[in-house]
Order: sequence, then C-alpha cells, then structure tokens
Amino acid sequence: MTVPLALLGLLEREPSHGYDLKRDYDTIFGRGRPLPFGQVYSTLGRLARDGKVTGQSEPGDGPDRKRYAITPLGRQEVATWLAEPVAAEPYLQTVLFTKVVLALMLGRDAAGYLDAQRATHMRRMRELAEIKRGGPLTDALLADHAMFHLEADLRWIDVTQARLGALAEVVRAS
Amino acid sequence: MIIEARGVSRSYGSTPALREANLSVAAGEVVAIMGPSGSGKSTLLHCLAGIFTPDSGEVWFDGRRLDTLDDGRRSELRRTAFGFVFQFGQLVPELTAADNVMLPLLLGRTRRKHAQRRAAEWLERLELADLGGRRTGELSGGQAQRVAIARALVTRPRVVFADEPTGALDTLTGEHVMDLLVGLAREEGATVIVVTHDARVAACADREVVVRDGRVSDPYTIGAVR
Ligand SMILES: Nc1ncnc2c1ncn2[C@@H]1O[C@H](COP(=O)(O)OP(=O)(O)O)[C@@H](O)[C@H]1O
Ligand SMILES: [Mg+2]
Repeated sequence: MTVPLALLGLLEREPSHGYDLKRDYDTIFGRGRPLPFGQVYSTLGRLARDGKVTGQSEPGDGPDRKRYAITPLGRQEVATWLAEPVAAEPYLQTVLFTKVVLALMLGRDAAGYLDAQRATHMRRMRELAEIKRGGPLTDALLADHAMFHLEADLRWIDVTQARLGALAEVVRAS
Repeated sequence: MIIEARGVSRSYGSTPALREANLSVAAGEVVAIMGPSGSGKSTLLHCLAGIFTPDSGEVWFDGRRLDTLDDGRRSELRRTAFGFVFQFGQLVPELTAADNVMLPLLLGRTRRKHAQRRAAEWLERLELADLGGRRTGELSGGQAQRVAIARALVTRPRVVFADEPTGALDTLTGEHVMDLLVGLAREEGATVIVVTHDARVAACADREVVVRDGRVSDPYTIGAVR
C-alpha cells in the first residue's frame, strides 16, 4: 500500500532512475526490508500507466535508462494521501484477544500465556530502547512508534491479567 | 548476588503486602520491578533497602544478612552503600541544588571543601552545572529528579534504589532522567533496582520482574517462557 506512495513522494522530491529510487527507498523507508527491483519497476510501470509518473527514455540500454518524473496527477495523489489519517487499526489486539479467550475456553494456562507474551513484548521494548540510545533521530522516532504500540499491548495484557477470573466465567458461560 | 530477598513476607496490620517474595540481583545489574499499584513493589524495595524489616524471610546484601542488623548498623549501611531516588525527589526545597547533593557527604563527615567539589562534579554529570546555586524548590520536575540522582550517586553507592523516579514526569523528560540514571550507574558499576509501572522506563533495565499480590514472578526463570 505505502510503496507506490513512497516512490511517488521520492519522485516529487526529484526525478530519478529506478535504481536510485530503490536505493533511496531502502535507505529511508526500507529498514532492513529492501524493495525488490522487480517491484520497483512494476510499480513504476503501473504509476506510468495511470498517468502519475512519466518515464523518459535516455540513450543506452537496460531498464535503468528511464528517468522517471512525477506528474500533476501524481502530486495530487501524494497530497491526498498525506492528508488522510490511517484507519485506527487494532494491530495485534485481535491475535492476543483470540489467544486469551481460546486458552480460557479450552482450560489452558491463559495467565501463563499472558506472562510469556508480556516478557516477549518487554524483550522487544529493550531492543528498541537500545536502538534509540545509539542511533540517529529517524531511527529513534521509528523505535518510539513501535514502543508506544507495544506499550498499549502491555497495558492491555496487564488489565486482562487482572480480570482473567471474571473473563474466564464469561467465556465458560458462553 | 549483591542483593537478595529470600521468602520475604511483610504485612501492614492485617494487610499482607508481600508473600514470600524472592528476588536475586547480581552486582552491576539494572532490574525493573513492575506490577499493578498496590501489588507490593514499594514494600519489596523498602525491605531490600533495609528501610523496613520483613516479618519473615531474609534479606542479604553482599554476603551478609541485612534484616538482622540493628537499626544503627542498617542506617549506616543505607548511608554508605545505598543511594535512593523517589518519585518526588525528597530534596530539601530551601537548600540549593549543590547543598542537597552535598548533604549525604556531610552526613558522612566528608570535609566541606571536598564535598563541594564532588557535588559540583556530579551536578555537571547530570547536566546541571549552571543550576548548582538554585534552590531546588524552584526547579522543574526533571531538573529536581536529576539533582536527586546526583545526590544518590555522589556517595558512590553499591546499589541505587529508585521508586517510580519518572512517575511525575512527561515521556521525554522521564526518558532523559532514566538514561542519565542508568547510564551513570553503569559507569560507576552500581547496581540499580527501579520500581516502575512504565514499560518504557523498564525497557532501560537489563530485565524485569513482576510483582502481583505480593508475589514476585520472574518471567525469565519461571516456566512462563516456552
Ligand atoms: N503504610 C501502610 N499502611 C497500610 N497499608 C499499606 C501501607 N503501605 C502500603 N500498604 C498496602 O500494602 C500493599 C502494597 O503496597 P505497596 O508496596 O505500596 O504497593 P505498590 O508500591 O506496588 O503500589 C497495598 O495493599 C497497600 O495498600
Ligand atoms: Mg509504590
């Protein structure tokens, strides 16, 4: 979902070749998940087809002889996307909820599961705190975003842990 | 292990606050004590620090029983081997930041000149060099906590006990305070035991334990992790 928009945004900054675009994407947004070349070119192809970018061929051969530039329609798309809030998705919540309810339903150790989940979340929190300590501000901000979400999960885990008895009764009655 | 609670129980009247709590902390470790409010975190911290004596169980510090020492020896130990940071700095508001930091040294009969130098050094390490002359009653929450950290570390304690040290601070200020506390304690080789319900604060520690209903569960040693 975000890849075409991120590429459009990079092109709004300046026209670019596919290769440079991929490199910039990987550096700024990729975060250890580099974009495959195939996806770069297929995405650029679709964007060109939809009139959001133009590809100017240059002398020479190979796919990288095309220089891409954003069109006014593409700019509009970027502007709209940036102004639009993302749906407030419940992230992990559904998985955690399902596991707890299922554990209670099946008479398994829901409290033990919550403890283990809590420890796993805390371990990740520590890794993120470590990233924040050493790294540049951009990394710190991404780590913060992840930490705040994990924190929300952790609060939910604690509240659920405290109400496990009551929840067990509800689940068993249903 | 530098400090240990073994089967420690403690009640307030008929309210049990700790039920056979166990916790072992190695020298140089930073450990977070987490758990819901009223679960017994502060009581555990106070027992470990020799502020409370347990009703039953044992507290060990550096190979010695702590809970059986008489009051005088225990407060001596607290003054020389332990440092404390609480949610509200418990600084003397009428005194300057520098005087607050000097206080534990003067109580330990360090010469005034020397104490002044050490206090200035520590204020600088806590990025407070310019505020030494300011009365602590006039400082912001984050500045006051940094003074409290300087005061806790100035005596070169073996163990620093912190109870919700960032509880009254916003996220960024709290993070800065925790980074300083943990960073400086590590530089000094001090052990840190920090009570917090805040996962971001706990993430600064090497590990966390959770207190529930007066019992300590250590997620890394009990069968919780599969
Ligand atoms: N001075 C006191 N007198 C009576 N009860 C107390 C006192 N201090 C704590 N308690 C009770 O002991 C339990 C544990 O308290 P505490 O250790 O302060 O928990 P925490 O620090 O986890 O919030 C709670 O039920 C609390 O109400
Ligand atoms: Mg408390």
